[in-house]
Amino acid sequence: MTHALPEAPGAEEDRVAAPAVRTSALAKTYPGGLSAVADLDLTVEAGEIFGLLGPNGAGKTTTIGMLTTRVVPTSGSATVRGVDVVAEPARAKQRIGVVPQTNTLDRSLDVWENLYFHGRYFGLTARASRARADDLLERFRLTGKARQRPAALSGGMAQRLMVARALLHRPAVLFLDEPTTGLDPQSRIALWDLLVELHHEGETIVITTHYMEEAERLCDRVAIMDHGRLLTVGTPAELKASVEGDRVVDLSADGDVDALAKRLRGVAGVHHADARPGGVRVWAAEVRGLLPPLLAAADTVEARVSDVGVSEPSLESVFISLTGRELRD
Amino acid sequence: MTEGAAAREAARVEAATETPGPADAAHPLAAFGGLLLRDLRVLTKERGRFLVRTVSQPLLLVFVFTYVLPSIGRDLGGVGGQGSFTDVLVPGVLAIAILIKGVQSVALPLVQEFGYTREIEDRVMAPLPVWAVALEKIASGALQGLLAAAIVVPIVALVPAEPIALDITWPALVAVLLLAPVLSSALGLVMGTFVEPDNVPLMFSVIILPVTFLGATYFPWAELSVIPWLQVALLVNPLVYIAEGFRYALTADLPHMPPVAIFGALLVATAAATWLGVHGFRRRVLG
Ligand SMILES: Nc1ncnc2c1ncn2[C@@H]1O[C@H](COP(=O)(O)OP(=O)(O)OP(=O)(O)O)[C@@H](O)[C@H]1O
Ligand SMILES: [Mg+2]
Repeated sequence: MTHALPEAPGAEEDRVAAPAVRTSALAKTYPGGLSAVADLDLTVEAGEIFGLLGPNGAGKTTTIGMLTTRVVPTSGSATVRGVDVVAEPARAKQRIGVVPQTNTLDRSLDVWENLYFHGRYFGLTARASRARADDLLERFRLTGKARQRPAALSGGMAQRLMVARALLHRPAVLFLDEPTTGLDPQSRIALWDLLVELHHEGETIVITTHYMEEAERLCDRVAIMDHGRLLTVGTPAELKASVEGDRVVDLSADGDVDALAKRLRGVAGVHHADARPGGVRVWAAEVRGLLPPLLAAADTVEARVSDVGVSEPSLESVFISLTGRELRD
Repeated sequence: MTEGAAAREAARVEAATETPGPADAAHPLAAFGGLLLRDLRVLTKERGRFLVRTVSQPLLLVFVFTYVLPSIGRDLGGVGGQGSFTDVLVPGVLAIAILIKGVQSVALPLVQEFGYTREIEDRVMAPLPVWAVALEKIASGALQGLLAAAIVVPIVALVPAEPIALDITWPALVAVLLLAPVLSSALGLVMGTFVEPDNVPLMFSVIILPVTFLGATYFPWAELSVIPWLQVALLVNPLVYIAEGFRYALTADLPHMPPVAIFGALLVATAAATWLGVHGFRRRVLG
């Protein structure tokens, strides 16, 4: 891409000094008393892909809203590249690109104009904005749609256009709120590839998701949230290593799976066992030597095991061990 | 080097020399201008619709009341029993055109922007304070109101059987042309932010229709002295001051509300509507 923007004096300086995002005791209580986010301390370093993982209602959108100046925090503070988002929202907005959870494309403009006018909002000259819009359409394979209305785009294309728009003014931090929810698998993978590409170019990315595969596959570090609170933060590997049971064993079974789960919890080496429709999931430190006693224990209850599967620990196991619940419930 | 490797190398160099960074130099006024440009672009796309919406009502009013009726001997008469009904109607028609266009051009887009997808969240990410985004909406609506007035001028000049008895007070005309569009679009912002998006179209029949009929548009406010309760009641209608402002500015020698009252009220109403609209916009936008 060509047409770099001149940087203001000081921009270089705060890039080096300040982390991409820092929050301290950040909290939001909505009118009516609902505490959506409480006591949030986060630091996102420049250049990383940072994931906010949590179930519906965890407070992910509220957090992104506060970081992007749209939601006014009840208390605490947040900075983006050293700029306080509450005290100086206009300056903060210059440094961030946002892909919100809903499609906020400008339906009164065509695809190309969505990019062009975004550039004008951010102070680009007509010429620079035109060139940048052309470049981004090309890069995001949307050139053929330049004169269409956003309503004519598929979900995947609309999402690409939103990402292109968010990047147009070369933000220091790109925020994406559940960007792959509702996308078909192909578009989802294409978006992942794109984000990885941006990551290699040095872009800082904060992404929310409730898909643990997404967080695991994409993120350098992941923060797990539930009920507005930060439960833990670390690299996917660190988080997985922190869970008690390293291994997950899924037993498919008919009959009394609750009794089976209860019985299996008593087997030596098993940390935890959960009944679920069609079987039981077992967490254990080591799989070797575990299967014979598991199957023997199963014989003592009114349940018949039909299949056994062993999988690597996932962020889901981390979430379950922290909350006692599954991520998708 | 193969072509692919060359491209990768070029990309690497480019990425290294051009790390993403904020365009910190942009001025909030540039963002304001950018939003205004966007609105003008949308306006030019919808120019046909804009023209039809702006022209139809004034044209019908002027045609029926100042051409057809006088031609068949049913002229409603001018102010204070002198002159023709053209003198009464022209200021009213200009006032209605500005009010309706000003309100529409702010309130109707907000229905979409505050609607299900909350398109507004894109507009307010522009690097300027949220109150400035609200002011841009007022500015854009005011320009469209002014444009509507300009479109109506040839209609009221050419259609009537008997032309208006013009006696222009220029400073007053300039003042009305500055205040009326701003007041109208600020009222549009108030409506667009305090009324639920789904109910905004309904508001045009519930509020705007009575306001235009009872806005000293088809009769001079001064002549309401024979219905004192109505004369007083209508003082809450902002359109009264716009219409009376035009009355005074265009036909100063005919009866009108005292200029001090007209411009005092226009100033107060404009300030109040702007404050309330900006406040409502902030409340709607910021969680
Ligand atoms: N404007 C609002 N007013 C009141 N309560 C709100 C508002 N927005 C969100 N909430 C509440 O705050 C909590 C957190 O919501 P939030 O949208 O931040 O969660 P989320 O993690 O983004 O969820 P999802 O995965 O469903 O998008 C929820 O209980 C929600 O109902
Ligand atoms: Mg959300």
